Amino acid sequence: MGPFIEVVLGGLLAGVLYSLVALGFVLIFKASGVFNFAQGAMVLFAALSLVRLMSGELSAVHYWGAAAVLGVAVGYVLLLFWRRARPAAAPGRGASWGLIGVFGLIGAALAALHGTAGWSGWVAIPATAAIMGLLAVAIERLVLRPLVNQEPIILFMATIGITFFIDGFGQTIWGSEIYTLDLGIPKDPMFLLESVFEGGILVNKLDIFAAAIAGVLVAVLAVFFQKTRIGRALRAVADDHQAAQSVGIPLNQIWIIVWTVAGFVALVAGIVWGSALGVQFSIALVALKALPVLILGGFTSVPGAIIGGLIIGMGEKLAEVYLGPVLGGGIENWFAYMLALIVLLFRPQGLFGERIIERI
Amino acid sequence: MTAVATSGTGPRAAAQASALLSVNNIEVIYNHVILVLKGVSLHVPEGGIVALLGANGAGKSTTLKAISNLLRAERGEVTKGSIEYRGERVDGLTPNDLVRRGVIQVMEGRHCFGHLTVEENLLTGAFTRSDGPGAIKTDLEMVYAYFPRLKERRNAQAGYTSGGEQQMTAIGRALMSRPRMILLDEPSMGLAPQLVEEIFEIVARLNKQEGVSILLAEQNTNIALRTADYGYILENGRVVLDGTAASLRENEDVKEFYLGMGAGGRKSFRDVKHYRRRKRWLS
Repeated sequence: MGPFIEVVLGGLLAGVLYSLVALGFVLIFKASGVFNFAQGAMVLFAALSLVRLMSGELSAVHYWGAAAVLGVAVGYVLLLFWRRARPAAAPGRGASWGLIGVFGLIGAALAALHGTAGWSGWVAIPATAAIMGLLAVAIERLVLRPLVNQEPIILFMATIGITFFIDGFGQTIWGSEIYTLDLGIPKDPMFLLESVFEGGILVNKLDIFAAAIAGVLVAVLAVFFQKTRIGRALRAVADDHQAAQSVGIPLNQIWIIVWTVAGFVALVAGIVWGSALGVQFSIALVALKALPVLILGGFTSVPGAIIGGLIIGMGEKLAEVYLGPVLGGGIENWFAYMLALIVLLFRPQGLFGERIIERI
Repeated sequence: MTAVATSGTGPRAAAQASALLSVNNIEVIYNHVILVLKGVSLHVPEGGIVALLGANGAGKSTTLKAISNLLRAERGEVTKGSIEYRGERVDGLTPNDLVRRGVIQVMEGRHCFGHLTVEENLLTGAFTRSDGPGAIKTDLEMVYAYFPRLKERRNAQAGYTSGGEQQMTAIGRALMSRPRMILLDEPSMGLAPQLVEEIFEIVARLNKQEGVSILLAEQNTNIALRTADYGYILENGRVVLDGTAASLRENEDVKEFYLGMGAGGRKSFRDVKHYRRRKRWLS
């Protein structure tokens, strides 16, 4: 019994990592109907930015730039809160830009004072989040806006282009070696339930940490989508672009929001994956494992992404351990795809995807 | 044709002067090549219901989309003329700006958010508002008062409600933005005659009680002319005839072409020879 539970648990915890990547896909697909092939590249980019900002090995320009981006983001968020709290007293367009610019300068100046020593995680994580926001704005301006109302396949091709760009660009500015990410997350293995089984169950603390993070993330996203004004608007856009526009929901802003949120999710995935495997190019390929997860869980379901990830992670490990000796090894590599294929045959919308409502 | 005012005098000139919305001689081109509107002008007075009539492809929907500026998303463009709302040119604004200014479109074919509940659909209509949850709640109750049926179905996914309920949801959703003017595109489409009556009755009540001006594009000429104060008839992207609803109802051509009751008894629009139509309009 002990080994079985250990395999299941190990599989579930590995599945959490798949879920984190799949989550980013679901968010963008839900809100814009775009299948964002670049999600894996975004995970890599976020992890690279974070690990390099913490390393202290970059030139001063990198730090100034990152700090300026963080400053701008802080300024922008403060301004948003100001607008919400006191719409009448909020500054106009020009003054707003000025204010945001000042925040950017303050950020750069602070970075200059700090010198080129590595940043602590408390600064580097928000800075990376801000960089992901900037990336979202850039993608919306340069790719999505010019391609508005094009066929989904064209947008999909565009995201493949984005993938290659981010992969290359990220490695150009941040470096392309293998880096270790150490945020102080405990990584050592530990034994659970030693009193119940002989030898207990071996798990990695990092996996448990990842599972906790994924749980929190899903809870936050669920509340965001179901209960907030913006979340409702995101779902509305997902259902019908044109109608959303007709009631005054600005598509451009919604896209920026959703790509930013997907960027944050990529950052979380990057932190977890980076801590587990080190930050390296292979992280970007994890995205391919997210595909069967999506097919299983459904492209439009946040809980589906999580449960799909868990099922795939668990199934993989179980198949490897119990079917492996019978069929020969290497099952772990193709098991997920075969499972996805079977799901496609019987339930094309996935286990939890939105039923395709068709009325005539 | 004598009953119809065609020159710039009389009631029409007065209407132009006090118009809430004026569309002046606009031309619309899709995809840079397809000329859909060839010079359409119309005016909607404050608090009025104006009907835009015509057959399929006459340019009714395009006119509404040109006003609400949903045209750009369909790769259409206003290339000539101007659109003014309360004296301000609005043809360069985004749909979001227009909704904030009080102009909202209810699109043809309902376009509800299928996976959202009816109530969530209504709430999305309040997206542009910043007057707080209290005011929005009040308006939600107002919408439920106009459409009691929506209150019963508030927690149903809109995709699973009936066509009539979807049309009500779409109109209610527009109301949630506190509009001063609704561009209502083909509300009768695909609905049972009884429901059509019900919806037009509510539209008329909204106009009276809430003071919302309405520009209505409709193929059902009969009910549109009973509800509206003024009407424009479009053919092939041009306004071929306009006048008060009463005068249009009495007009022989309108009777023959659109109401199916010409001098020679009831007749299908299809049976009226095309060249005869053209000759009459252009003479």
